[in-house]
Amino acid sequence: MSVGVPELQKLADSVVEQAKPGEQIEAYVSRGGETSVRVYEGELEHFVSAQSEGVGIRIIKDGRTGFAYAGTLEPSAITEVLAEARDNIQFGTVDQWAGLAEPDGVAQIPQKFWDEELANYPTDKKIEITKELEKLTLAADARVRAEQSNYEDGWAETAVSTTTGIRESGRGNSCYVSVATLADDGDEAQTGFGFSVGDSPKEFDLKKAAREAADRATRLLGATKPASKSVTIVLDPYVTSQFVSILSSALNGENLAKGRSLFADRLNEQVADPRFTLVDDPTNPLAYTATDIDGEGLAARRNILIENGVLKKFVHSSYSARRMNTKSTGNATRGGFSGGPGVGCLAMQVQPGGKTQAELIATIDDGVLIQDVAGMHSGVNTISGDFSTGASGIIIKNGTLEAPIREFTIASTLQKMLLNIIDLGNDIDWLPMRAVGLSLVITDVMMSGS
Amino acid sequence: MTKTQTAEPLVAPDVLERVLAKGRSTGAEFSEIYIEDKRSTSAGLDDGKVEQVTSGRDRGAGIRVVSGETTGFAHTSDLSERGLLAAAQAAALAAKQGDGGVHKVQLGDVLRHSVNTVKLSPDAVEKSRKVELLKRVDAAARAVNASIVQVSAGYGDSRKRILIANSNGVFSADEQVRTLLRVSVVATGDGGMQTGYDSLGHTIGFEMFDENDVEELAIRAAKQAVTKLSARPAPSGAMPVVIKRGSGGVLFHEACGHGLEADLVGKSASVYRGKMGELVASPLVTLVDDGTMTAEWGAIGVDDEGHPSQRNTLIKDGVLTDYMWDYLRARKEGRAQSGNGRRQSYQHLPMVRMTNTFVLNGKEDPDDIVRATKQGVYIAKLGGGQVDTASGDFVFGMTEAYLIENGEITEPLRESNLIGNGPEVLKDIDLLGNDFAMGNPGTCGKDGQGVPVGDGQPTLRVRSLTIGGTAA
Repeated sequence: MSVGVPELQKLADSVVEQAKPGEQIEAYVSRGGETSVRVYEGELEHFVSAQSEGVGIRIIKDGRTGFAYAGTLEPSAITEVLAEARDNIQFGTVDQWAGLAEPDGVAQIPQKFWDEELANYPTDKKIEITKELEKLTLAADARVRAEQSNYEDGWAETAVSTTTGIRESGRGNSCYVSVATLADDGDEAQTGFGFSVGDSPKEFDLKKAAREAADRATRLLGATKPASKSVTIVLDPYVTSQFVSILSSALNGENLAKGRSLFADRLNEQVADPRFTLVDDPTNPLAYTATDIDGEGLAARRNILIENGVLKKFVHSSYSARRMNTKSTGNATRGGFSGGPGVGCLAMQVQPGGKTQAELIATIDDGVLIQDVAGMHSGVNTISGDFSTGASGIIIKNGTLEAPIREFTIASTLQKMLLNIIDLGNDIDWLPMRAVGLSLVITDVMMSGS
Repeated sequence: MTKTQTAEPLVAPDVLERVLAKGRSTGAEFSEIYIEDKRSTSAGLDDGKVEQVTSGRDRGAGIRVVSGETTGFAHTSDLSERGLLAAAQAAALAAKQGDGGVHKVQLGDVLRHSVNTVKLSPDAVEKSRKVELLKRVDAAARAVNASIVQVSAGYGDSRKRILIANSNGVFSADEQVRTLLRVSVVATGDGGMQTGYDSLGHTIGFEMFDENDVEELAIRAAKQAVTKLSARPAPSGAMPVVIKRGSGGVLFHEACGHGLEADLVGKSASVYRGKMGELVASPLVTLVDDGTMTAEWGAIGVDDEGHPSQRNTLIKDGVLTDYMWDYLRARKEGRAQSGNGRRQSYQHLPMVRMTNTFVLNGKEDPDDIVRATKQGVYIAKLGGGQVDTASGDFVFGMTEAYLIENGEITEPLRESNLIGNGPEVLKDIDLLGNDFAMGNPGTCGKDGQGVPVGDGQPTLRVRSLTIGGTAA
């Protein structure tokens, strides 16, 4: 990584050096800290200041894998973790493809992940910003209350070393503000939120966050439940981002290897409308989840997954790549020191179309602008492809936005929705999520209401 | 990590007293320390192979200091007196009111309030026996039908010791053991792939597997996937819905559970604010949250603020009788806590959370409920859900469901979400069965924290719910 952390690297190295003959060892060590400020009604509600650290050790011997972790970097604990991981090997099944990643010669693309100004940002300023955000939100609309106004920042240092020659370490920090709102109208209350992210607090756009939080809460006041029918939907960038993120599971090479991808046997076939091109590119510094290495320490890279609607590639870790007789695409994921690597897309980007959201809406006679969805985790099955989520939004009639609606669902299948994409917006929004946002128009979706 | 632990306190009482005093050193009126030592084992089987056995250790302390409306919080994985004092200092500074002063805190005897009995501690069981369970699950699921193409199974156990002390003299300890087994199955047919899922989890030890048949669990998940291969698209629109016993507790968790949490009510972020004593549900509904329900997934001896767990009636015969409370919200209202102050780990602040939330039995024979329904949907298994507590709108997924035609359960349906509005749905419950059962173990997420919860209900009917399918 761009800025190394020699002390942690040494710690990881010292674990790996204890490998016995025939053992592959991976040591992943990390430490970090966070600040969390919450303001309510002009007062500081809580201030959290915390530090944490930990180590995860993976050992592979004769095709069997063992793993252990501890939430501390105390030397005696590390010794215990190593012994536990070694003890756990015997219970694994022999897997001919088990193994650690090996350096593949792909060069890292340097990016900046550390901001010195943020690292030295004074505490009272953080509280001030949070109070300011609440104030701006309340000023944005008289019907709006702020349930909570938050400032969060965090820093992390990680190092990974393996017996196969991977040695990577780095550090990064980030911050964001968010506000949760309520809008009242008689007996009815609706909620909203707004946020802003930046490398440092000076990049925050507090006004925009406040405006969005107020708009989100008030726009649904008086909304009704629509009648059921098939409609064309325009997904707001924030919703598109969630929709695109769930495709990661179907493009996951390990799911493919284990027969859990709905794209199995579809390589080089038309799986989406020709207007749809999807790239995974963590090397793009604009992406919120940009990174220079993946969860196994290989260089992150740009991969074209769906090109003009044709399925071009699945993403792989070194394990899934060995199973499928291909090479890692640099897509190992990692949730921290308490688990081994998985596989997934890192920073998904849809190639934008040529129209603004207003221009897209102008082309639709009968549709719905979907501004929010609920239950993506409970109503979408990425194996069968069944798609059903709760939704709220605004009716589109003859090219213009009309009344707000809520308490309905939209349903189709992922397979069908990809083929039914009829237009894309140029309104790219680099949201703090795994996938970029832009307006997406999908036709023939079932809206279920009263 | 198979070593047996001794029963000595995680940190000596005199050290705790000094740490709590340090917490109040900047003038705060309340300080609290929560110490956790958790050991866990998990094992995963996928694609016919035991992929990995994992051992984990999480240990640390969270220190909370409250001054007026402001809470300062710091946590550390360093349990030495030096480490704890440093965290207490950080928390005290965070909640600083300027007043200073020397404080003395005295602790009495440790309170232990046990609701669970562990016969066979997971620490005392060979890992090979845990792994063996997964192989049995895999074999049983695959034997159901040739269309089963993939099985994934997971085993997990944890043993968490906690110690909570605060400057008001609360001094409590608990040991929380959890054992879990889950299975996911993929079946394939002409119409593509379908999935099945089931799980088993209790706050007991490895004896869970003497009392429950893991093969049965695997077969249920496999049959669910196979059944759905011939499923037709779920309908769209509003219609009567019958929910099988033990599978619909999530309905109440989302439709009203979250809305009855005093922190959300206190900020007027709940549709149930100001409704105390009012009819908020069908008179058939009595809703209880009970942290003492032995062996259920949300059972705890004391909550994460050291308050003994208890049984709280939230809705009685349709009338709202109470909300759920933690220390801060109860203090503000000048009332007693209800044992609902919970946190994910020592790295998190406590807040109001559910434990085991369920609806008590009604009078109907469950078969009569189906027979009384001319046209509708029968849900045999619900997935997760999500609620907006301010508007009351909520969704939840149905993972196994069937059509009801002329009072009979007929064809299986594909997965979809359902959507409804909490207060409306509660009033729309028009038939309640006499066959109460608790459901699967769940993890409830709120404000970024996950805690284990249980839920349950008898078979019941909702007069009208919107099914989010694709069929007209």
